[in-house]
Amino acid sequence: MVSTGPTNGSDERHPMTGNRMDSGDAAAHSWGEFERHRYDVVVIGAGGAGLRAAVAAHDAGARVAVVCKSLLGKAHTVMAEGGIAASMGNLYPDDNWRVHFRDTMRGGKMLNNWRMAQLHAQEAPERVLELEDWGALFDRTPDGLISQRDFGGHRYARLAHVGDRTGLEMIRTLQQHVVSLGIDVFMECTVTDIFKAPAGRGPGRVSGAFAYWRETGRFVVFEAPAVVLATGGIGKSYQVTSNSWEYTGDGHALAMRTGASLINMEFVQFHPTGMVWPPSVRGLLVTESVRGDGGALRNSEGQRFMFDYIPEYFKEETADSVEEAEGWYADKKNNRRPPELLPRDEVARAINSEIKAGRGSPHGGVYLDIASRRDAEFIKRRLPSMYHQFKELADVDITKEPMEVGPTCHYVMGGVEVDADTEESIVTGLYAAGEVAGGMHGSNRLGGNSLSDLLVFGRRAGHHAAYYTHRLRDDRPAIAEDDVRNAADRALAPFEIQDGGENPYTIQKDLQDVMQRLVGIIRTADELSEALVEIERLKERAKHLAVEGNRQYNPGWHLAIDLTNQLIVSECIAKAALERKESRGGHTRDDYPGPDDSWGQVNLVLTLPGGDFASPVELRHQPLPVMPGELEELFD
Amino acid sequence: MGYDLSMRVWRGDAGGGALGDYTVAVEEGEVVLDAIHRLQATQAGDLAVRWNCKAGKCGSCSAEVNGRPRLMCMTRLSDFDPAETITVTPVRTFPVIRDLVTDVSYNYEKARQVPAVQLPPRDPDGKRRMMQQDVQRGQEFRKCIECFLCQDVCHVIRDHEDNKPKYAGPRFFIRYAELDMHPLDTTDRRKLAQDAAGLGMCNITKCCTEVCPEGIKITDNAIIPMKERVVDRKYDPVTWLGSKIRRRDPRDEV
Amino acid sequence: MTQTEAGTGVRSRGRASIEERTLRRDRWWQTPLAYGLTLAVVGLYLLYAVLVNRNYYWEPYISPMYSPCLTANCVANSGWGWFPSISPVTPALIIIVFPAGLRATCYYYRKAYYRSFFLSPPACAVAEPHKTYKGESRFPMVVQNVHRYFFYITLVFNAILTYDAVIAFRDHQGNWGHMGLGTLVLLVNAVLLWLYNLSCHSCRHVVGGRLRHFSKHPVRYWLWSQATRLNARHAQIAWASLVFVALTDLYVRLVASGTISDVRFF
Repeated sequence: MVSTGPTNGSDERHPMTGNRMDSGDAAAHSWGEFERHRYDVVVIGAGGAGLRAAVAAHDAGARVAVVCKSLLGKAHTVMAEGGIAASMGNLYPDDNWRVHFRDTMRGGKMLNNWRMAQLHAQEAPERVLELEDWGALFDRTPDGLISQRDFGGHRYARLAHVGDRTGLEMIRTLQQHVVSLGIDVFMECTVTDIFKAPAGRGPGRVSGAFAYWRETGRFVVFEAPAVVLATGGIGKSYQVTSNSWEYTGDGHALAMRTGASLINMEFVQFHPTGMVWPPSVRGLLVTESVRGDGGALRNSEGQRFMFDYIPEYFKEETADSVEEAEGWYADKKNNRRPPELLPRDEVARAINSEIKAGRGSPHGGVYLDIASRRDAEFIKRRLPSMYHQFKELADVDITKEPMEVGPTCHYVMGGVEVDADTEESIVTGLYAAGEVAGGMHGSNRLGGNSLSDLLVFGRRAGHHAAYYTHRLRDDRPAIAEDDVRNAADRALAPFEIQDGGENPYTIQKDLQDVMQRLVGIIRTADELSEALVEIERLKERAKHLAVEGNRQYNPGWHLAIDLTNQLIVSECIAKAALERKESRGGHTRDDYPGPDDSWGQVNLVLTLPGGDFASPVELRHQPLPVMPGELEELFD
Repeated sequence: MGYDLSMRVWRGDAGGGALGDYTVAVEEGEVVLDAIHRLQATQAGDLAVRWNCKAGKCGSCSAEVNGRPRLMCMTRLSDFDPAETITVTPVRTFPVIRDLVTDVSYNYEKARQVPAVQLPPRDPDGKRRMMQQDVQRGQEFRKCIECFLCQDVCHVIRDHEDNKPKYAGPRFFIRYAELDMHPLDTTDRRKLAQDAAGLGMCNITKCCTEVCPEGIKITDNAIIPMKERVVDRKYDPVTWLGSKIRRRDPRDEV
Repeated sequence: MTQTEAGTGVRSRGRASIEERTLRRDRWWQTPLAYGLTLAVVGLYLLYAVLVNRNYYWEPYISPMYSPCLTANCVANSGWGWFPSISPVTPALIIIVFPAGLRATCYYYRKAYYRSFFLSPPACAVAEPHKTYKGESRFPMVVQNVHRYFFYITLVFNAILTYDAVIAFRDHQGNWGHMGLGTLVLLVNAVLLWLYNLSCHSCRHVVGGRLRHFSKHPVRYWLWSQATRLNARHAQIAWASLVFVALTDLYVRLVASGTISDVRFF
């Protein structure tokens, strides 16, 4: 597929990508035949954060390209079900950004970057209304305002939603807006390297990116002083995950290889309710809305076990009797929330304990029951996708029988360390937003805070990337030709190995097994050390990856490249998890069961000084940014 | 409970190709995409297939299973006899890239031709008000996951390559319908739908509705209402006369 | 197998080269065949009933094919006599155009006959045999857009057929308060025809579908919701009413010709 850059005012556009056509721009380069494009801002990833960043950069006057591994509109954001958390106060006028901020910080066990949490809570409502301006059709309140639903950890009903397919609405709205703005999109195009030009001091400035078209296997060079990473998460490193194949930690790894740092990588969120049967859909998400709309968790003895797992921290706001919990759905003022709606980490651990204690369901989960608690009409209206999903894939009618659910790897709180206001990493010109960025969610993310995170920080990253390029004027860093050649060689290495090469599918499977077994929900020092040894072994094997076939749409080759990213992030997770000797949020250590105040002031920062997946990850401690007094008061 | 499944999978590219025979070990509760993945991991590492969520939500793994347009991730093996050979081919309306992957550019091109939503300014308090009953018709169409199976099965382009330039297809008819039914939108797209998008070429034989994995009633709820709206605009002498005399589009009143 | 000479449709250049026009292995041809045969049999029967020009009236029953009978050559007491005799042409010819037009342009029948008779397409994902296709974008098929006018006109016919059913509560001598099997047949026929019209897509559109703000028109929203519920059954109602019209005509015809005698209830 030929796709070219946006120069010389030609109006013809490429059918697939929608990019403006100009044959002169695609001329063969002096070295090889690389397609070259010049942009101000290159956004990697076309999920919620990437598309919002592209819109923001475009609005700020930058020439923008979106580069994504899949077709436009297929990003993992479509899987988000519940809603977008924003304190619009449409149902509860008492709700405001301070309450949302407080909920977010408490959900993250105070390890969040306070400034990010503040910006997020302040800006989310306007970001939601913007989507409506661009054509989103949210569910309405009787007054005609955007309806908001209850979710775990949120004080008020706060999630703007469309049934249980909010992510789809968001991605489609952004996609249609991006298309109407005429932003260039490079679909099925994978970035493998980010180029830097040496700067006087510090880790250098971004000069561009290197990618290949999945369709043809041909390479593309993007010359751009600003790159926004919006690549999502790392879930594909685990066996049981709600994440798709794309979630191989590309942005995390690219950032590290470029010299940026990651924080909070030990915090991986296991969503408490994933499908457990049939095997082919194990891990597939069952939305938290099921519990928000009245679903109860029961063990094999029929007991609502969550009442036994209410932690001290949340005792004050959680119902301790079935009567009170039942009363909450109708009267939220005079009753406390059911324990099923505790933050995700608490619920996931509770389910894990029940299963371990032998009170699990036949397929190794627990029961999530809404059938006996709400009528069929209500369930089908509020949870259409869930109804469909269980009916089609598991032959279970959720209006008649309970669902079997268990924890599934869902989200990584950790990510690229960025400046809270600009989303710039420590590498000049390298920005990150969405799941790939770290800090916002602390040690645990509240449901609904992800979609709002994408919008708030996507926009900020896009804006600031555009401003940065404007400030540069003509002082644009150049790409070194050697770097381009090395990037191409690196990408093609798996074709060079002839005999005795390793199968990428096998290594990926082995890695998933290691992470699931040894770096799962409950962790110990022994297992984490073992995991690091195993990962080291896998890295050694991955030096000899070999693929069959040619460069044209070859999934084996694509996996071989993504796999190295997975190895880097897996090492980061295991290393940070071994270092943090406490239990907090998405990180639970069997050998250090409680939270530890001194650890509550520390971020673990990971870097990859060698710049290559085979080189070791380094770790250091860094104090948490200190919250100003007026925000501190909210927690008294 | 596992068994050996006989499969025929189309391998090739734009230059040519053929159905290849394979035997794959499959387990209880699996879907066609699982079988394809196992084939890829164990026997054909370079078998090209497009997929993402594996949960029927992203609409990437469209193909034809035993000649029927389906999402591979939502086609359960238990729907077939274990002794039956399952044939999987790429969708046959779009140019093939390789194996099961096709070039769906057509759809992205058509998407760009639909004029975007245009809303008036917000209410004075900075919010917008729309009633649930006014948005729910549009919400049905926004369930679309863009798997393009409706486009694949539509005979107007499946059987007539030459119609592609002037026909937008069912996926975009529901987009036109969604925008036309939007309670706040201000643009009249009816003439465009009939002329540029080729709504008149649809002969409502309903295959799009039959294959929609989201169960969207494409024909009854979008195409036919759009045809009726076009009649309002183009073929109804009473409203035509009314709009000439009163200089007002009846659309504004409702 | 390599790409041979590029064909059309699914065999066009660039598409996956597969010889078969469909890889479907189910009996996809069954439904269009069954629908086609039913349409043909019922259609031919109705054509015969219209052209034969006799045995359509046996007091108090009139065949729906001949009601309202408007010309002077209608059999005694059956009609209105508004127009001069057009004998030997059947008086049904004047009116049959409208119900026939309604059904011919019906969104459901279009699907059925495009598939069964035009093979356009014969079934989903089965290649059609035509070289070119213009659909309903130009004459003659663009005329399909007049469906709603047939809908309006046939409402009058439904009223008349309802009237016919009411006056069938008489005996053969014209005394009120009696009922026979024929009365029931006419009654059911009228109900089915009303259901057919009310479940029609054009009906759904004009009662409320064309609105953009249901919230501002609660009555029309209610009407639209009811029409929507009926509309989901439009196909079944279309078949039932079509077949029943033929049966109604057949019943009246058999009674009028003396082949059977009317079953009187009271």
